Amino acid sequence: MAGSTRALATAEATPELGTATQAGARGFSPGLDAWRRFRRHRLALVSGVILSAMVLAILLGPTFWGVPINEIDFTSRLKGPTWAHPLGTDDLGQDLLARMLYGGRISLAVGIASMFVAIGVGTLIGAVAGMSRGAVGSALMWLTDLFLSLPQLPLLLLVMYLFQNSFKAIFGPEGGVFILIVVVIGGLRWMPVARLVRAQFLSLREREFVEAARALGASKTRQVVRHILPNALGPVIVAATIDVAAAIIAESTLSFLGLGFPPDIPTWGRLLFDAKDYLDIAPHWALFPGAAIFLTVLTINFIGDGLRDALDPRRVL
Amino acid sequence: MGSYLLRRLLIVIPSLLGISVLLFTVLALAPGDPFEELATNPAVPPEVRASLREKFGLDDPVPVRYVRWITAMAHGDWGFSFVSRMDVDKLILQRLPTTLFIIGTAQILAILIAIPVGVFAATRPYSIFDQIASTLALIGFSLPTFFTGLLFILIFSIYLDWLPFVYRADLSAVGWRWFWEQFRQSVMPISVFGLAVAASMTRYVRSAVLDVIRLDYVTTARAKGLGERVVIVKHVVRNAMIPVVTLVMLQMPAIFGGAIVTEQIFRIPGIGSLLISSILANDTPVVMAVTFVFACLVVLFNLIADILYGWLDPRISYS
Repeated sequence: MAGSTRALATAEATPELGTATQAGARGFSPGLDAWRRFRRHRLALVSGVILSAMVLAILLGPTFWGVPINEIDFTSRLKGPTWAHPLGTDDLGQDLLARMLYGGRISLAVGIASMFVAIGVGTLIGAVAGMSRGAVGSALMWLTDLFLSLPQLPLLLLVMYLFQNSFKAIFGPEGGVFILIVVVIGGLRWMPVARLVRAQFLSLREREFVEAARALGASKTRQVVRHILPNALGPVIVAATIDVAAAIIAESTLSFLGLGFPPDIPTWGRLLFDAKDYLDIAPHWALFPGAAIFLTVLTINFIGDGLRDALDPRRVL
Repeated sequence: MGSYLLRRLLIVIPSLLGISVLLFTVLALAPGDPFEELATNPAVPPEVRASLREKFGLDDPVPVRYVRWITAMAHGDWGFSFVSRMDVDKLILQRLPTTLFIIGTAQILAILIAIPVGVFAATRPYSIFDQIASTLALIGFSLPTFFTGLLFILIFSIYLDWLPFVYRADLSAVGWRWFWEQFRQSVMPISVFGLAVAASMTRYVRSAVLDVIRLDYVTTARAKGLGERVVIVKHVVRNAMIPVVTLVMLQMPAIFGGAIVTEQIFRIPGIGSLLISSILANDTPVVMAVTFVFACLVVLFNLIADILYGWLDPRISYS
């Protein structure tokens, strides 16, 4: 790196050496090391705190805030925030705080479940493509490129449109839509992960430590599971974090277009969809769920940024 | 360059075929029957239904139906929209220019913001400007377009009352007045959409420039005594654009998604809002056709990216 522009803030590296020796004295592990680097990204740390608070509120909130999500009260329609309704009410007088807490659970569940689908499929395809040396690898990469050039939102809408009713018939209105959304969002987001994993595998499988394992007679599965996969995990974790945010946005977009969960299930996107016709009289109705989506996605992206710094072994910091 | 172009064009055909197979499989796997309504209608005897099914070849095996569908599409016979009472291809052609106008201008706005900001931030890494730009880019990247759209409507249409929030394709004004009206109604959708694209593009430009700027040839250019301006504009930016073009094109499917949402918020009569309204009206021929058009547009933009790529990096077109 003989360039004349600094790529890393070298001045910040010096105090870090002290921490490193301390950490060395207390014991050293890759996890501890990553945590030490993650802490340096202050925005990521703050985001972590905010996101945990939001998740806690969503998980525990309904036990403390016992107002039902569908209690209709026409005497308090479209009211702004009051003590009785901290986030106001909608056009039927339903309490928005209760509805948002409920919607948050769905958004988070969809985000995390879709992420697992995307990461699972992506890692599997990427690993197979990365380990095979023949036609299988190139065929899988062709498939990946094909999926990458699919228009995701139109396809998402198309699948929802065609399969919604039969899934609802099998798994019930809420569960059916949930499974469908998770499978489709995950099924359209695995491609970057597959490429990432394949690239990692291609370089890792030629490294000395894998060769050593091979020489010791480790089976192919053992080479992959014990030696290659753990080393390829860093970028996958970062991609997984970002995928949660992307899946939450995708689900909210579907609901915002009126094609996600059924109308009586108040996801954040659905709340925005319902609120958009009342923007002039009840702006709070749109602002709170919108801000919730934004804050969740923003904090997850910041955490992803911090993790990228923390898990990249090439970084000297 | 000629043979490179030809090779790229040849790659387009299998990917279009692949996409069409995928779309058709989705449709074929889907439960439900286009004549379902007739089945529940007591006035239509079952024999009529059966003969209708036979006439449209619905009982044929899936591959046969696929070949028939794809040849019809290739001949320009895209079916008939029962809701709009017109041919699907005419309907789409009517709506397509609006969508392309919105996507194109938003893309230009995004490039005009992202390249200067990204380059400026990358030439001064970890400066105040860089930190502010990076944070704003991440915020813009995390703001879903449907929320920014509603915020813009709330601020500029409802509180300030500066701009209209419904886009009209049939403006009655003429001449300069038409231009002014068109400008006023396009400002919000284009900036909502353009800013969202610009946010992610700025991140790509910044990291690409940062990768290039530490290479030795940049130091050489400086050592030759070239001005900083020339070094950045002629030596750094051109090479940094190569990965940016790839990343921007990988974003293309997401950009079409953004276009659908933007059209829906501002009620722009493009193919995105056509897709939504057809889905809500159960107009399957239109839904299939619009999805396929979106897929074709993505492939087309990938092709443009490849051509740009060959121009930016001549080594690629010779290999």
